[in-house]
Amino acid sequence: MMINNFFLLLRQELVITAIIFILLFIKLGKDKSNESLLHIINVLLFINLLIGFFPMMEGGLFNSMFATNKLVVLEKNILNFAFWIISLQSYSWLKTHKHVIEFYILLLSSLLGMFFLLSSDHLLMFYVGLEMSTIPLAAAANFDLTKRQSSEAALKLIISSAFSSSLLLLGISFLYGTTGTLILSDIGSHLSYNPLQIFAFILFISGFAFKISAVPFHLWTADVYEGAPIAVTAFLSVLSKSAVLFAFISILYKAFASLSSMWYLVLIVLSMATIVIGNLFALRQENMKRFLAFSSIAQVGFILIGISGSSHQGSSSLIYFILIYVFSNLAAFGVLSLVSALTGKESIQDFKGFYKNNPTLSWVLTIALFSLAGVPPTAGFFGKLFLLMAGAAKGNYWIIAIAALNMVISFYYYLRVVKAIFMDENDQPIEKLSIPIYPKIAMFICIAGIILTGFLTVVYDYINSLSISL
Amino acid sequence: MSNYSYILLIPLLPLLTFLVLGIFGRKYFNTTAGFIGSASLLASTILSFIAAKQYFFVDGKLNGVYQKIIAFKYTWLSFSPNVSIDMGIIIDPISVMMLIVVTSVSLMVHVFSLGYMKGEERFATYYAFLSLFTFSMLGLILSVNIFQVYIFWELVGASSFLLIGYYFSKPSAVAAAKKAFIVTRFADLGFLIGILILGFYGGTLDIGLLIERLTATQSAEFINMTTASFLGASMLTWGLSLIFIGGAGKSAMFPLHIWLPDAMEGPTPVSALIHAATMVVAGVYLVARLFPIFSMDPSSLSLVTYIGAFSAFFAAVIACTQTDIKRVLAYSTMSQIGYMMFALGISKVGGEEGLGYMASLFHLFTHAFFKSLLFLGAGAVIHMVHSNEMKDMGGLRKLMPITHIAFLIACLAIAGIPPFAGFFSKEEILTAAFHSNKLIYGVALFTAALTSFYMFRLYFSIFWSKESTLQHHHGEGTWSMKLPLLILAACAVLAGFVPFSNFITSDGKALETHIDLIFSIAPVGLTLIAISIAAYLYKKENDKPSKLAAQFGILYQAAFKKFYVDELYLFITKKIIFPFIGHPIAWADKNIVDGFMLLLGKTTAKISFKIKGIQSGKVQNYTLYFFGGILILSILFIYTWK
Repeated sequence: MMINNFFLLLRQELVITAIIFILLFIKLGKDKSNESLLHIINVLLFINLLIGFFPMMEGGLFNSMFATNKLVVLEKNILNFAFWIISLQSYSWLKTHKHVIEFYILLLSSLLGMFFLLSSDHLLMFYVGLEMSTIPLAAAANFDLTKRQSSEAALKLIISSAFSSSLLLLGISFLYGTTGTLILSDIGSHLSYNPLQIFAFILFISGFAFKISAVPFHLWTADVYEGAPIAVTAFLSVLSKSAVLFAFISILYKAFASLSSMWYLVLIVLSMATIVIGNLFALRQENMKRFLAFSSIAQVGFILIGISGSSHQGSSSLIYFILIYVFSNLAAFGVLSLVSALTGKESIQDFKGFYKNNPTLSWVLTIALFSLAGVPPTAGFFGKLFLLMAGAAKGNYWIIAIAALNMVISFYYYLRVVKAIFMDENDQPIEKLSIPIYPKIAMFICIAGIILTGFLTVVYDYINSLSISL
Repeated sequence: MSNYSYILLIPLLPLLTFLVLGIFGRKYFNTTAGFIGSASLLASTILSFIAAKQYFFVDGKLNGVYQKIIAFKYTWLSFSPNVSIDMGIIIDPISVMMLIVVTSVSLMVHVFSLGYMKGEERFATYYAFLSLFTFSMLGLILSVNIFQVYIFWELVGASSFLLIGYYFSKPSAVAAAKKAFIVTRFADLGFLIGILILGFYGGTLDIGLLIERLTATQSAEFINMTTASFLGASMLTWGLSLIFIGGAGKSAMFPLHIWLPDAMEGPTPVSALIHAATMVVAGVYLVARLFPIFSMDPSSLSLVTYIGAFSAFFAAVIACTQTDIKRVLAYSTMSQIGYMMFALGISKVGGEEGLGYMASLFHLFTHAFFKSLLFLGAGAVIHMVHSNEMKDMGGLRKLMPITHIAFLIACLAIAGIPPFAGFFSKEEILTAAFHSNKLIYGVALFTAALTSFYMFRLYFSIFWSKESTLQHHHGEGTWSMKLPLLILAACAVLAGFVPFSNFITSDGKALETHIDLIFSIAPVGLTLIAISIAAYLYKKENDKPSKLAAQFGILYQAAFKKFYVDELYLFITKKIIFPFIGHPIAWADKNIVDGFMLLLGKTTAKISFKIKGIQSGKVQNYTLYFFGGILILSILFIYTWK
């Protein structure tokens, strides 16, 4: 019985561990061509994704350090899905890379860390998961081995995240000192309005704000995103962010619910600063990766508004938005990574006249950008709508007004790219690219997701039925 | 409840055709598009008839009353537990009747176009648009939610815009499409506001629930809505009148009728589909769908009555003077829809009192057949003569025998000569009018006489008058053009014998009706006189008509110029709205709004440039900002800490 529970509850973590071991064994064996390796890995990752949908059970393990429920499984499935898509998309880049297996082992370890983070019901488990999900990424960011920028990105990531982790750890120890417990579900009942606790909580929030790159803790983002290989950038901007946001909302809503009137204001200030600054920086970017980095910062601002609603809708709209964000952002990154792997071009200038030779890719990128901008009828519109509705439930309509105004500003920079693709003249547009089958599959899944998620109410209803409330 | 889920296929088949033809049509199916479109619509038509048989004869009745059945419902957007936008399918007597009308007329038009549009360069596009239109119309009539009605209503508007402007290289067609779109757009604004008012006070957008709530005089919603008033009318009156304005726009009621005659620029089969049988009756259908609510509010019903009656008369007078055959038919359509409208307006719910409701829908039913027949016949004539003007025609009866007979039958039907279809339905309308409002009855009777006059004026000018100078250079057209004429002619004869009052009444119970021979003497007699006058004036080419026109002088000129309504609109827009409202707003938009936006843009760019320094690329600076962030957060917490 115990063993059974162990396997059922830890199912997803075990599969990932198994894949890591399989990869290690392959590495030890004789050399295989990159292509056959990538076939094997993509199939394995697909199996990993499927296993997440098998019947599951709810419960805890290891003295309730590890806990899982339907919502957590859903979140893990979203992450698994996103990882699979990234893997499909980086096919062209990895095909010629020397260290494919190491790359996957690093990213899978990070994913495993995220799973523990999501399932943690204990601050130590939480911390271990968080670190485990970050440190391998610093190594992965260095994977463009010949580029100096890539090493710079890795170094910046590891230094700034070590810095933020230390502050987070300080916060955790203060919390432990004042409440006497590390179990998240118990902390809530031990909270008093004691200044030291509040300070601990501030450190805690700052740590999170760093990971989700909320302004003013966002400065590392652009440099790291620009320097890292696109697959890692996509991983950082989609998976890391989503995982931390999932963890953030569950901790805020579960452990710190009693402080909600205090963190409401903090979240609002953070979100306003994040949206405005993110937008202002995104306006002037010339590099596509940097541009997407700042646009994703602005997106986080919107997510924070949704979280600030501190309601059931807040949590379901967050998960719904992240699902859509996964689709839209990965569709955009998919096109970028293809273009970058085949031509090495990454700046907006290079995309001028892109439509001429690559109409399919242009449409994919355009739909993705529309969804990121929140233009109806793409799913991105519904996602933002629900987030703002959740935020508006608190009655602060001026915040919603500022957010809506910023949406308009964001149209400018998204449409600037669209304009470059379709309207601008270019003597030497990017030649016609042949799309390998894996990235093609990934792109079509993303586009289908962008279009369908908005219209199929079942998706939102399902998420809503699982969500937590205060 | 038995299963009606197959009804979902009826609108979906044309949608699928639209997608296939719209995306791949021009490349792969440019010659076969017509057959694909017709075949898929044939399937829809057959399904509609199956549905009608099942509903009317097998399981639609419960204790002698036809039930409303929700065959399918999907909540699309839910705003609150009570208010949601649903997509669904309602099965009740009027929606099933409309299914039959729309699918069969559309099928006839599809088949007719096989010959008529042959050789067009954008043949597949034409069929794609036809399918889109049919889909929208079917979606409209099956709607369960008033917002669903609105969505399809707009789709109908958009697809008719595409069809009217099909010959987009012709400036007049483009202008006509634009005019139709803009005029109905204004009306739709009324419709939307009406929907919002009803939805706000009724607390729901579901049609069934709205009717249930707003017809119970005790319900909180009804009391709220009748007691709240604005500018002297209750909110119920406002809501319903605004919805009626939407309907009046689509149904070309005075004064929103100006788009209809111009819309004749589209291909003639399109006019048969859109401007005879389907889109223009959407307004009637809308009022009929919400009739239980309308019946609670006498003031909006009398608006419907008087607008309807006036339009009927007004359009008939204009029709007498027009020389373009399609325009005559357009005004005649407007006049007949006026009939349907006022018949609804004078009706009440239940029993004998509800005769007008039944008569109105009966007339909608028969009118669909003979009017589309008239349009298709006109299409065949135009195909032959290559002109829309009456003076270019004449003596065609020998050249086009089948068209001639079909056209004659249609004229007899619209004139109301027994035993053709129009007789029965018009008779019911006149009876209903006679029993409730003598003034309306008088207008209706006189209009009926005018109708037969201008229809036979048309008939004699086309087929008799002078001898034809045309050679037998090509025959009457292909069988695909003749067959629909024959089928519709058969319908124009037989549709009147359908025991309509058994199926469709205001309260779902069968209604006993009978034709009173004595009562029929007046209308039929007047009609016969009017036909004889038309025959006297137009059977042989002579100068009597022009003399007569000269005698009427100003009156004739006014009617010929359509009573200057278009000019009035132009005057109001060009001389009043543009200089006094449009230009100042444009100025404000250009200088104040745009100026503000420019300023905003410039400031944003400036700030964006200034703060560039923060992003220095140095990790130690980043750490500094990190601490700054913690400091700010601490200050915020201290501020909120109590």
